[in-house]
Amino acid sequence: MINAPPALTPRQRAWRRFKRNRAAVISGLFLALVVLVVLVGPAICPYSPNALSEAQFQPPNLRHWFGTDVHGRDLLVRVLMGARLSLLVGATGAGVSLVIGVIWGAVAGYLGGRWDSAMMRAVDVLYSLPSVVFVIVLITTLEQLFKNWLSRLVSIESDSTVRLLFLFVGLGAVSWLTMARIVRGQVLSLRTRGFVEASRALGANEVRILWRHILPNMYGIIIVYLVLTVPAVILSESFLSYLGLGIQPPQASLGSLIADGAGQINPIRIYWWLIVMPGGILVAMLLALNFLGDGLRDALDPLAES
Amino acid sequence: MYFLKRLFFLLPLLLLISFLAFVLVRVAPGGPFDKERKPASPEIERNLKAKYHLDESFGKQYERFLAGLIRGDFGPSLKYRSHSVTDIMTQGLPISMTLGLLAFGFAMGTGIPLGLITAVRRGGWIDLGGSFLAILAVCVPGFVVGPLLIMLFAIHWRLFPVGLWGTPAHAVLPVIALGLFFAGKVARLMREGMLGVMNAEFVTAARARGLSEGAVIIKHAFRLAVLPVVSYAGPMLADLLTGSFVVENIFQIPGLGVFLVNSSLNRDYPMVVGLVLLYAVLLLGLNLVVDMAYRWLDPRVKYD
Repeated sequence: MINAPPALTPRQRAWRRFKRNRAAVISGLFLALVVLVVLVGPAICPYSPNALSEAQFQPPNLRHWFGTDVHGRDLLVRVLMGARLSLLVGATGAGVSLVIGVIWGAVAGYLGGRWDSAMMRAVDVLYSLPSVVFVIVLITTLEQLFKNWLSRLVSIESDSTVRLLFLFVGLGAVSWLTMARIVRGQVLSLRTRGFVEASRALGANEVRILWRHILPNMYGIIIVYLVLTVPAVILSESFLSYLGLGIQPPQASLGSLIADGAGQINPIRIYWWLIVMPGGILVAMLLALNFLGDGLRDALDPLAES
Repeated sequence: MYFLKRLFFLLPLLLLISFLAFVLVRVAPGGPFDKERKPASPEIERNLKAKYHLDESFGKQYERFLAGLIRGDFGPSLKYRSHSVTDIMTQGLPISMTLGLLAFGFAMGTGIPLGLITAVRRGGWIDLGGSFLAILAVCVPGFVVGPLLIMLFAIHWRLFPVGLWGTPAHAVLPVIALGLFFAGKVARLMREGMLGVMNAEFVTAARARGLSEGAVIIKHAFRLAVLPVVSYAGPMLADLLTGSFVVENIFQIPGLGVFLVNSSLNRDYPMVVGLVLLYAVLLLGLNLVVDMAYRWLDPRVKYD
């Protein structure tokens, strides 16, 4: 008994569990590398993403590692810029969904009773709507309104900036439902626990209880779903960009690059790199994010045995 | 009784959805006749609006829409002038539905066996490889698979035709492109469900009674383990039926998907409202069917 190892804090236990999951660790390192390359790469790369050249449709070679596209633009730097934009949209969209989902779920769970059932019924209704249809109709109809409203607040540089901001908000606004449900469930079970009762008995007000006692107990599960929302948002964004409703040229995201590649399909010559390069990066990013999310879930789940 | 109540709530919900779509398209800036030949004289535009009753008050238009709805008439398309919305739906829907149902069959037919095998061989290399395939399928979007399939199987090896719809051979590639994601998802759900059930007491009891491992898995474990797949089947079928735009776009299939994007860009009011309503009916109806199937499979489930 004297030589028993010191008890681990929950955070240390989670870290140990996470480290043992090789797929998740590799995915985490890979994503860190991708972020680094995507931030630094375009600056080092000798080509500009929009510089046209005579070298059209070159397969991958030493000068152009990922080949070139229909306008002779270097695909590597375009894919890097596209991945940067896709990651940005994914992270921001997930962030927006985090804010809406946590507030909605926490308020519903904490208030309980009639408020809870009304708010959760609203989530059920939104869940039952075809989300893709919803996003397409929203984006095509409300963008102009959003632009008018935004231009009254700040001077905007270009249409593509507006579209980007709109994508952040729009994609976040349709992906918060799962987060809200999970947070609500957690709050419902946490608010009857002893330490919350104790805090209330000591006279803490509701906001303080929610912020100081309930929220910190949910960090783990919130992080897990945040990480799992990022690939979902990236997928939606590239889907919309593929349909021409997302990122607008001359900016490119992975989705619109793949769409450009698909547009060049013809029965005579196969320009495989136009699809395989952006598609491969997209798939690798989504895979890594999913592995990381699963690993975090296993590590942070308090019910899992150490 | 519970399902009657659900059915009863469906109607106001659909009305609400159609009302929202009705308002949303009209609130959006721009109108259905903006892309006419310019300069269109104001008279022409006025006459067009009068013909389609767009000059009436909002309430009057909604009244007209509801009256049409009762007759099963969504009104004329403002973009494809010689067709009514109902015409376009009756042409496109069977194609989208065939594609969706085939992809559903593909996803179930490959996902369930893969999930079963990986669960039974847990920890072995079959599990490792199979599980990786499943998560890979979930991460490869249809618009990446589609063009790759076309390049390999249609252009390079010339095994399957693309660009038309009609013969079974034309359906193979689009069905795979559409169904792959869902096959991966089904396999993952099936594996998880199986792993959860394999150690349950009733499975041990079945083994103790001397049943063969195959009988234990198929007759006892499977029935309970498949429940997560069943509850996913509804949203999945709905996603397949409503989410086939991209695949229809890639393979040039004349389904409904093309119309949703185009009509909402063109402010084709009756088309957008009609399609949103159609998709909502499909989705809500399917969810109801799934809940009923769930109760039949697992009698322990109670709805209040």
